[in-house]
Amino acid sequence: MKFDTPATTNPIDQLKIVGKPIDRIDGPLKTTGQAPYAYEQNQEVSGVAYGYVVGSTIAKGRIISIDTEAARAASGVISIVTAETAGPLGLGSMNTAKLLGGPEIDHYHQAIAVVVAETFEQARAAAQKVKVRYAKAVGKFDLVAERANAKLTNEGRGERLTGDFRTAYAAAPHQLDEVYRTPDQAHAMMEPHASMAKWEGDKLTLWTANQMIDWGRGDVAKTLGIPKASVRLISPYIGGGFGGKLFVRSDAVLAALGARAAKRPVKIALPRAFIFNNTTHRPATIQRIRIGCTPDGKITAIGHETWSGNLPGGKPENATQQTQFMYAGPNRMTATRLAVLDLPEGNAMRAPGEAPGLMALEIAMDEMAEKLGIDPVEFRIINDVQVDPNAPERPYSQRQLIKCLRDGAAHFGWSKRSAVPGKSRDGRWLVGMGVGAGYRGNPVAKSAARVRLDAAGKVTVETDMTDIGTGSYTIIAQTAAEMMGVPIDKVIVRLGDSDFPVSAGSGGQWGANSSTSGVYAACVKLREAVCKAVGFDASKAQFADGRVAVGKKSLSLGEAVGPKGLVAEDAIEFGDLSKKYLQSTFAAHFVEVGVDAATAEIRVRRMLAVCAAGRIINPKSARSQVIGAMTMGVGGAIMEELAVDTRHGFFVNHDLAGYEVPVHGDIPHQDVIFLDEEDPISSPMKARGIGELGLCGVSAAIANAIYNATGVRVRDYPLTLDKLITHLPSFA
Amino acid sequence: MSNPANISTSRRDVLRAGGAVAAVSGMASRAAAQPTEISLPVTSQVHLQVNGKPQTLELDLRTTLLDALREHLHLTGTKKGCDHGQCGACTVLVEGRRINSCLSLAVMHEGEAITTIEGLGTPDNLHPMQAAFIKHDGYQCGYCTPGQICSAVAVLDEIKAGLPSHVTTDLTATPELSAVEMRERMSGNICRCGAYSNIIEAMSEVGGLTA
Repeated sequence: MKFDTPATTNPIDQLKIVGKPIDRIDGPLKTTGQAPYAYEQNQEVSGVAYGYVVGSTIAKGRIISIDTEAARAASGVISIVTAETAGPLGLGSMNTAKLLGGPEIDHYHQAIAVVVAETFEQARAAAQKVKVRYAKAVGKFDLVAERANAKLTNEGRGERLTGDFRTAYAAAPHQLDEVYRTPDQAHAMMEPHASMAKWEGDKLTLWTANQMIDWGRGDVAKTLGIPKASVRLISPYIGGGFGGKLFVRSDAVLAALGARAAKRPVKIALPRAFIFNNTTHRPATIQRIRIGCTPDGKITAIGHETWSGNLPGGKPENATQQTQFMYAGPNRMTATRLAVLDLPEGNAMRAPGEAPGLMALEIAMDEMAEKLGIDPVEFRIINDVQVDPNAPERPYSQRQLIKCLRDGAAHFGWSKRSAVPGKSRDGRWLVGMGVGAGYRGNPVAKSAARVRLDAAGKVTVETDMTDIGTGSYTIIAQTAAEMMGVPIDKVIVRLGDSDFPVSAGSGGQWGANSSTSGVYAACVKLREAVCKAVGFDASKAQFADGRVAVGKKSLSLGEAVGPKGLVAEDAIEFGDLSKKYLQSTFAAHFVEVGVDAATAEIRVRRMLAVCAAGRIINPKSARSQVIGAMTMGVGGAIMEELAVDTRHGFFVNHDLAGYEVPVHGDIPHQDVIFLDEEDPISSPMKARGIGELGLCGVSAAIANAIYNATGVRVRDYPLTLDKLITHLPSFA
Repeated sequence: MSNPANISTSRRDVLRAGGAVAAVSGMASRAAAQPTEISLPVTSQVHLQVNGKPQTLELDLRTTLLDALREHLHLTGTKKGCDHGQCGACTVLVEGRRINSCLSLAVMHEGEAITTIEGLGTPDNLHPMQAAFIKHDGYQCGYCTPGQICSAVAVLDEIKAGLPSHVTTDLTATPELSAVEMRERMSGNICRCGAYSNIIEAMSEVGGLTA
C-alpha cells in the first residue's frame, strides 16, 4: 500500500481498541520470567557451549602475537577463534570498527578473540589465559584538543545557511554567545548484548538481542561472507536497546564464528564491564550557540555549531538537527563538524542529534529569555513557527508546541516560579523550576506484515518488527483487532524473526507508527480477501464483533474464511508527504528541583511532560515511553558521563557502579499529558513517534531549574554538585 | 598432566575430562612435545529447595547462584544484567530475604530455600505484585522486571517487619509504608527503561498505600 496522500476516514478511526490504555499483552510472560531473551533459548538448542570474549587492552596499535596455548589447554576449552583463524571477515555496512579486531586495533576493548568452552566458568577462566603482545600506537582521545582539526561533514547538511546570519547577528540589539558541552553517554540497557548461534550445514540461526532484524541479517551475512538467505535472526524479546542494539555487535559475530569452530551451538553475553568500550556510545559534543534578538524577543539570527569525534569513517553527533527547524528567525546558520578520535565507536543513542542538541539549545533559550526579561515559556511562544523556517512554503503537518507550553505551564503551576533565581527556599532546599521544549523528527519507514485469519476467527500477525520495551506487541495487536473487528484476545502477534515480512524495526521513534501502518495495510488486504471469499462488497463491509457484514448479511469470520483460513501480506510504503510537509513531534517539559543549600545535592522533585505526537495508539505504553525517557533525561542532566582517559583512550567508568544511571531514589512521581491529536499526513494510523520525544528537552529543563534554584549557570553536563557547590549563595 | 584433588570426582567430571582431552587433541603435535596442564573444575554437590522443589546439582565451585538457576535449572526468569551486584536484575529470595544471586556462589546455599520469579506466580496464576506491575505498566523491556518484582515483594515484607532503611527518620519506630521508603529500598534495582514511577504505584497498591 502506497501512502502518498493524507489519510481519510478508515477503520482505525473507530477507536474501539486503538487509543485505549490496554495492558501490554506480553505482560504476563515478562512479569513471571517466562519471556525468553536471546541467551535463554534453552528450548531451541541443546548442547550449547559458552563463549567468552577477549578484548584489546590497548586503544590503538597492533597485535604482535596472541598466545592461546595455555587457554587451549585449560579445562573444558573447545575452540578459540581469533582474527588469524576466523578466515576472511567483512565489515557490516552499519559498523565503523571491525567486530573482531587484529592485527590492527581500532579501539580499547575491541574484541580480539573468543574462547569457547563447555561451561561459562571454564570459558571465563580460559579467556584470562590468552596472552597478547601489543605494539601500542599514539591515538587521539581528547575532543577538546582535536576540536580545531574537526571538519565539516555532509551529515546534518554540514553547514546550512539561510539568510545572512553573520550580519543579522552582529546587528542584533540583544545577543547570546555561549559554549555548551555534553559528555559521552552509554545506552546501559539492562540486558547485555547477547547471542546464541547454531549452524545447520551452511545455514546460521542466530538468536540475538537486536532492534533491526533485517539490517542485522544483512550485516551478519556481510561480515561472515555468506548469503543473506543463509542467515536467520530471531529476537522475540529484547532487554532494552536505546540504539545500542540497532547494529550487529561482537556477541553475534563471535557466537557464529565460535559455533562454526566448535561445531556446536554457542552462546555469548558480553560482560557488563566490557560493553561500555566494546560497543557503541553517544559521542560527546561541544556546541556553540549564538542567538540575536529584538527587544521584544523576536529571534533575528540563530547559529548553532557542533563538534564531536569518532573513529575514521564514523558519523558525527548531529546536535544541530532541531535548530534548523525549531524556532523562527530569518537568518540561520548550523554547522556540524567531526574530528577523528580513537575512542570506541560513537553511534546512535535514543534521539541522536536532538537529545544533546536540545541539552544545549534549551539552556541557551533560557539564558536569552533572562537577558530579555521575558518569561522563558513566553519567549519560546513568541518564536514559534508553523512552517519550515528555511522554506516557508513547506508547512508542518501539525505543530502544537504553543499548546504544549501553555497547558504545561498551567498544569505545573509555572506562575509560582520566581523569575529571579535563588529566591525560593523550602527548608534546607533551594527550589527552582525550569522549562525545556522538546522537538524530534517523525521519520517513517517501509514496513510489511503478514496477517492470517483462521477458522476459529483468530488473527495471527507476523512481522520482523521488534519490541524493545516499546509496546510493539500490544499496539500491533490493537491495530489488527481494530481492523478485523475482533477482541484483542483473538489476536496473536509474532515478532522478531527474519522469516517474517520485513518491518521498519525499532529505531528513530519510527517503529510504532510505521509498523502498525504496515499491519494496517496487510489487514486492508485481508479484509478484501475475506469479502472476496464470501462475495461481499469490500467497500461496504463492516468488520465488527468477530463478524463481517454487509447490510443484513452477516457471517462469523471463521465461517467466512473456511477451514483453511486466509492469509494476506502487504507493506506500507511512504511517498513524499514528508518532503511536502515538515513532520515532527513536540513536547514541553517542566521540572522542579531542590538543591541542598549546603551540599549542592540535587533532587528532582516534580516532572511534567506535555506531548504532541499525533494519535496515541496506546496511552498506557506511550506514557511509559515518555516517563522512561524523562528518567533517562534526569541521568543526562545530573549524573551520566563516560569519563575519558585521554592518555590511554578508554572509558574508565565502564560498569553500572561507575556509570551512574538514575535509580528509584532519583525519580519522583512523573506526569505526562498527551494533546488530543490525529495527524492524517503522517500515516493511516494518524500517529507520530513518541519513543524519543520524551528525552528531548528534559535535561535542559532540569539544568534550567537548577539555575532557577541557585543562580548558578552550568553549561557543562552533567550538572554534578562539584560544579555548583563553590558558587552557591552563602547562607547563615 | 597433573590431576588436582577434586572434592568429588563424579562420573560427570570424568566425562568432562575426556571432552577436554579430545578438545586439545587437534593440537596434539605441539601438546605432545610440551606437556600442558589441564586442571579439572573442582565441583561439589549442592542441595537447594527451589520454589518448593528439592534440587540436587553437581556444580563447579565457581558457579554463582544466578548461573545455577539460569544455566543448570533453566530458570531463566532471574536475569543477569551485570554479574557484579550493581543492577539488581538477579534478585531472588533466599530463606525469605532478597539477595543479588550473582554475588553469591551456589555452594554457599546448601539446603536453603530459594524463591525465584517463577515461584511467585505464573501467567495463569499471577502473584498480586505481578498483577500490579501489569496494571500499572511497571516495566517495559521486561529484563529487570523479575528482579524488581522479587525486590518489591521483599521490600513490603521488610517494612512490615520493622526493618529501618537509610531514609527512616525514627529508628525506634516502625517504618511507615511510603513512596520515599519504597524508593530508597528499591534503589538497588536499576530499570533503564525508567519505569520507576509506575513501579512505586504498583507497590503502593499491593502494600495498601493510598496516595
